[in-house]
Amino acid sequence: MKILLMGNPNVGKSAIFNRLTGTEVIISNYPGTTVEFSRGSIKRGDTRIEIIDVPGTYTLEPTCRAEEIAVRILENEPDSIIVNVLAAINLERSLFLTMQLVEKKRPMLVVLNMWDEAAHAGIHIDCEILQTMLGCPCVPTCAISGQGIKHMVEKLGEARIPVLSSAPERRWDDIGRIIVRVQTVRHRHHNVRERITDATVYPFPGLVVAGIILLASFAAIRWIGEGLINAVFEPLFEQCWKPVAIHLSAAMGGRGIVHDLIIGKLIDGQIDYGQSFGLLTTGLFVPFGAVLPYVFAFYTVLSILEDIGYLPRLAVISDVLMHRLGLHGLAVMPMLLGFGCNVPGILSTRILETRKERFIAATLTAIAVPCMSLQAMVAGLAGRHGVRGLLLVFCTLGVVWVVLGVILRRLVKGESPEIFVEIPPYRFPDLRSLFKKIAIRIKWFLKEAVPFVLLGVFIADLLYMLGVIELAGRILSPVTTRIMGLPAEAAGAIVVGFLRKDVAVGMLAPLNLTLKQLVIASVVLSMFFPCIATFVTMVRELGIKDMAKSAAIMILSSIVAAGILNLVLPAAF
Amino acid sequence: MSVPVSMSALKAGEKGIIAAIRGGPGMVRRLNALGIYEGKTVTKVSAQWMHGPVIIRVGATDVAIGYGMAGKIIVLPEAKALP
Repeated sequence: MKILLMGNPNVGKSAIFNRLTGTEVIISNYPGTTVEFSRGSIKRGDTRIEIIDVPGTYTLEPTCRAEEIAVRILENEPDSIIVNVLAAINLERSLFLTMQLVEKKRPMLVVLNMWDEAAHAGIHIDCEILQTMLGCPCVPTCAISGQGIKHMVEKLGEARIPVLSSAPERRWDDIGRIIVRVQTVRHRHHNVRERITDATVYPFPGLVVAGIILLASFAAIRWIGEGLINAVFEPLFEQCWKPVAIHLSAAMGGRGIVHDLIIGKLIDGQIDYGQSFGLLTTGLFVPFGAVLPYVFAFYTVLSILEDIGYLPRLAVISDVLMHRLGLHGLAVMPMLLGFGCNVPGILSTRILETRKERFIAATLTAIAVPCMSLQAMVAGLAGRHGVRGLLLVFCTLGVVWVVLGVILRRLVKGESPEIFVEIPPYRFPDLRSLFKKIAIRIKWFLKEAVPFVLLGVFIADLLYMLGVIELAGRILSPVTTRIMGLPAEAAGAIVVGFLRKDVAVGMLAPLNLTLKQLVIASVVLSMFFPCIATFVTMVRELGIKDMAKSAAIMILSSIVAAGILNLVLPAAF
Repeated sequence: MSVPVSMSALKAGEKGIIAAIRGGPGMVRRLNALGIYEGKTVTKVSAQWMHGPVIIRVGATDVAIGYGMAGKIIVLPEAKALP
């Protein structure tokens, strides 16, 4: 048996899906597209029921890519049962999709989710009458508490082909007739939650609230990330992994090409994660020991903000700014994700509709949105002389983000559509869905980013041993010395930074750079090329041709930014 | 009698009945799927500064739409403001 869960966005469809299915959920892209949907299964008696969580849609006459996929899944699974999830608090609008689904003449079951919220809001729906009018079973549920889900599963066998029919031009009239008969609404007052809902979408206090929420989020991320490092990751690497690596090093004789590739250089006979640079030492420590805790912290906070329902409001508040960059408010999502790790950030540019938007969002993310790992490196480099240098680097990246966006908006051909997004009411996050979402995002980081980071470590070390890096450094040194004002020795470090920014930082550290040079080096390392994992992701998302354009923009803009900083900043500040 | 105005010209908190949607078929369909069509009563919830998005409420649904799109939705304003 196969079930399609279908409904509007934000009706708790995924919460129902997560209630039904266990941990073995497969998230896949629909063939040939980039819209994701999940598939899972449950066992009832001896039968296995496959469940597909179809992307949320308002209509079967698609208006965007996610809706196109929803329609395609519906057509490609002709033997499935449709479970149509409605929001009991928003019955009228939910029924629009139902009216289109009944025309498909397939066995159907209607689920009235958020039943408790509706009751709370004084809305009563007569399930019996609705059932008779539609001609298929209706089940009230509350996915967050799990109420009614079991009943829903039991009713699956009773799914019927609906008797109701409607014509496209009569849909809203027919819905009106149903509403009059099944729904009663008691008068009620504005409650506190609605007032908060309203307040955050006004320019004032919305902008102030947005600022406070973003600051609080970053404080929380630092607190969680640092706590995890101190309590878990540092002891793990220092006390558990280091002795193992030392033994390995001894077993390999403590030197030689293979030893240096795998363990790296020993500093005073010891492994130093910051300076050894071997595959199993620094190579493992950077993604797992230094970055993973922050990535976890970041996605926890972001997923909470998302599930509460704040992000669409942030999109509204930031839409004016995003418009100047050829994007619209929803593009804050990939940008925010990019602060954790650029890879999921770039993957999520899929939510944008046109090629122009995706190109601008991906390019800006790769150039001017520093990921957790990059932030740590910049802190180690430019933050050495206090926060002044650090602030200057991040402000520069902010300015680059805006200026480059304004330029790209004019240069890149194509459409930048206007924002069009439902603002769902604030709600308490469903913890199951929340945990699953965080787990999926961490998995993205581990699966899509870390292997490439390790590959980058390997290639960079190989090139270094072959002398390629030194040669390239010598060729490029006029750019780094004349335009960027860095010492000649820094050229090699910048070249290494194409593949390994951690090594670049390690090579720049002993050069005794001035604060001005540290700031410029940090800006260049952040901008001129993404890490190899991001690079591979961009090639996959944008295609080689657009990635080549994007890379040219990266290199050019980093040279210009560094040149300007070199001209503008006084030698000592 | 009220004079028809666009959703972008309506003040925040004011209600109106949609008289016309002067957009392409795609836009009309997209709005229709959310319950926004001619004859429906809509409330303008808020507008952002500098021609930012407009939030409109239809029934229990709030939708943010671009300023340009809001300009194509023509409404007959209701006399009284939001309670």
